[in-house]
Amino acid sequence: MDYSSILTSGVYGALGPVAIGYVLAAIGLNIHFGYTGLLNFGQVAFMLVGAYGVAISVSTFGLSMWVGVLVGILAAAVLALILGIPALRLRSDYLAISTIAAGEVLRLFYRSSVAEPLTGGVYGLQRFGDELLDLNPVPPGIYEVGPLAFTARDVWLMSVGWGLVALVVIVVYLLIHSPWGRVIRAIREDEEAARSLGKNVYAYKLQSLVLGGVIGALGGMVFTIHQQSAHPDGFDPVVTFFLYTMLVLGGAGRVLGPVLGGLLFWFLMLSFDAFLRELMATGYIPPEILVPSDVGALRLALVGLGLLLLMAFRPQGILGNRREMVLDVR
Amino acid sequence: MRALAVIALIALAVLAPGAALADEHEAVQGTITDPDGEPLADLTITANRDGAEVGSDTTDEEGEWEIELPEPGSYDVELDLDTLPEGLAPREVGGEVLSGVEVDEGQQRTLIFQIVPEDEQEDPATEPEEPAEEEEAPPEGAETDSDTGVPGETETDLETPVPPQHAPFHERLAQVLLNGLQYGGIIAIAAVGLSLVFGTTRLINFAHGELVTFGAIVAFFVNAAAAGPGLHLILAIVVAVIAGALLGGGLDRGLWRPLRMRRTGRINMFIISIGLALFLRHLLLVIYGSRPNSYAEYQIQSTISLGWAEITPRDLTILVVSVIVLFAVALMLQRTRIGTAIRAVSDNRDLAASSGINVNYVILVVWMLAGGLSAFGGVMFGLTEVVSWDMGFKLLLLMFAGIILGGLGSAYGAMVGSFVVGIVAHLSTLWFPPELWNAWALLVLIVVLIVRPQGILGRKERVG
Repeated sequence: MDYSSILTSGVYGALGPVAIGYVLAAIGLNIHFGYTGLLNFGQVAFMLVGAYGVAISVSTFGLSMWVGVLVGILAAAVLALILGIPALRLRSDYLAISTIAAGEVLRLFYRSSVAEPLTGGVYGLQRFGDELLDLNPVPPGIYEVGPLAFTARDVWLMSVGWGLVALVVIVVYLLIHSPWGRVIRAIREDEEAARSLGKNVYAYKLQSLVLGGVIGALGGMVFTIHQQSAHPDGFDPVVTFFLYTMLVLGGAGRVLGPVLGGLLFWFLMLSFDAFLRELMATGYIPPEILVPSDVGALRLALVGLGLLLLMAFRPQGILGNRREMVLDVR
Repeated sequence: MRALAVIALIALAVLAPGAALADEHEAVQGTITDPDGEPLADLTITANRDGAEVGSDTTDEEGEWEIELPEPGSYDVELDLDTLPEGLAPREVGGEVLSGVEVDEGQQRTLIFQIVPEDEQEDPATEPEEPAEEEEAPPEGAETDSDTGVPGETETDLETPVPPQHAPFHERLAQVLLNGLQYGGIIAIAAVGLSLVFGTTRLINFAHGELVTFGAIVAFFVNAAAAGPGLHLILAIVVAVIAGALLGGGLDRGLWRPLRMRRTGRINMFIISIGLALFLRHLLLVIYGSRPNSYAEYQIQSTISLGWAEITPRDLTILVVSVIVLFAVALMLQRTRIGTAIRAVSDNRDLAASSGINVNYVILVVWMLAGGLSAFGGVMFGLTEVVSWDMGFKLLLLMFAGIILGGLGSAYGAMVGSFVVGIVAHLSTLWFPPELWNAWALLVLIVVLIVRPQGILGRKERVG
């Protein structure tokens, strides 16, 4: 049993670009769900338009990647407005279903042959992050930290990614502790009370949706730029469920909740994966019971079970406050 | 097929950080599957640079290959057509060579070779002539499995005959309306249970799709699985419905009732149902596998003509049976004692409880009814398409569209709404590409929420 390799794969997972992208998207979701109480189940749609904003601008139109980043941010803001203007007037469970439906409609459209000239359809788009890689100031070579080894490219992309996370966390902290943040938390606690104090609840919800959506779009950009490939089926509704699990694990309605939740989530996921594979390789689990191709599915089943148990027994997660997480629809 | 792709993608997305960080060598890699999603072994792939071979590999039992490359740069990767089994070809003529593949420092690039049956190969150069070939094809008679392996088409699993483009408009219209009715009937059967559960417990049950899948898979195991007893499909349906009812009842007793007793918030319950859905769906994936299967009976039938439209006896039976089942449910809700109690609990739970109705018992019955009905809907759905581990989830959003369209909580609304959703989905194929049909059904949902959030039959109440 090679425990150190199990742990290192967990650490790689927790620090890697996918985790960074998901953490950013979860920070955005935290603004929606944790602070404003909006049940957005289409966060993956914001990641999708963000990622494809970059991919289409660079790969299809040959623009600069930085223009693409702006396009992605703009696209997320527009999507939030299109979705929010009608749906935010509805009760929150309706919002949940319409956002998840919107996410699926977008994914189906992006992968369709109609959109193929723009989005590459089912084949997706590749190689649109060269500009960021060319900026890499880290001298080439292998950098070792204990048992971990990183290439110059990884060091550069991880610094950019986690730098962006730190920046967003600071912005969110300042916003939440501003008068604006107090209003959106008041909306979560009691919408009618906020309204009776003369606050335009609808406008605040819309602002929250746009802000969280734009952060989600940044998340989508980070990991597609790292992988240099955008693929519509990577933006399945399951991604949003992952984000909720990360958020609930860390603690919704806490600035560092999604960061902690994301780190733990990916660490647990990937070390569990490595652990199972190790058990199979060493013969503790005979192939009649499980084969390596089951590991991915089993891991997802455990994510589901984890979300279920967390929500039933500790809805506030690690950092949260239980009283803030008794959610109900009036 | 799609299942495999999803797993592959998830695995890819999840493994990518670990793999990319751990290794620093450059490589190209991939997995090649046949149109049914089965891995193709013993295919040879070579990587060339400036015409000189730099490496080659042969796919293993799982269809996987990987070629390590000496350094970053641009490569041409070629699949050896001679090693491809008879009758298969790359999706496009010339698709066996991927030229100019750019590989960065430390990158392991995944390449996709799309394999389709030879007669479905596309030739970009001759594309305009394709419609002419289609007309020569035999009319939509014997059902063919059009699950071709082109990802764009697997999404829909389109097996329903799409009327040939040259038919007069009224015939095409009649045909899609008929198909839509049949699709709507299946959605309605599965959605009634979802709507009843929402009506009585106010729970938006995201795990309802898994009840559908569960029914279909149970029926598959007792009907067609190699190790199963091989019962006739009609007996298998009975077994599946009973199993579905037991699962529904078990979930209520084991999970939802305790949560209700603890006064868990509605949104918390909603998120719990999402966790449950993920758990059950992937458990079913482990048990059932990712490969879609069909039932043993009623697979290949020729169509009978109903004037302007045609339908297979199987699909006609499904349509008639679903209408009968829906009538039976309506009759039960209207005429029987438990039906009245269900409506009373939906209407006002506290009032029902104080007038002596055992609310927990009523809810248990509703859950069992929901489980049984969804299992039945699942078998019907599996019969028209294929049985796969994520079929219920595919249907779930359409069920939501149906019950919201009809009015949340109204069982009759769910029936009407589901038929509308089914018809809209099929109607869209008249003007738009069939791969987008589910997208249109979901768009209808969003439009309805904007225009008339209480739905067609819903009571006007505050929803905002």
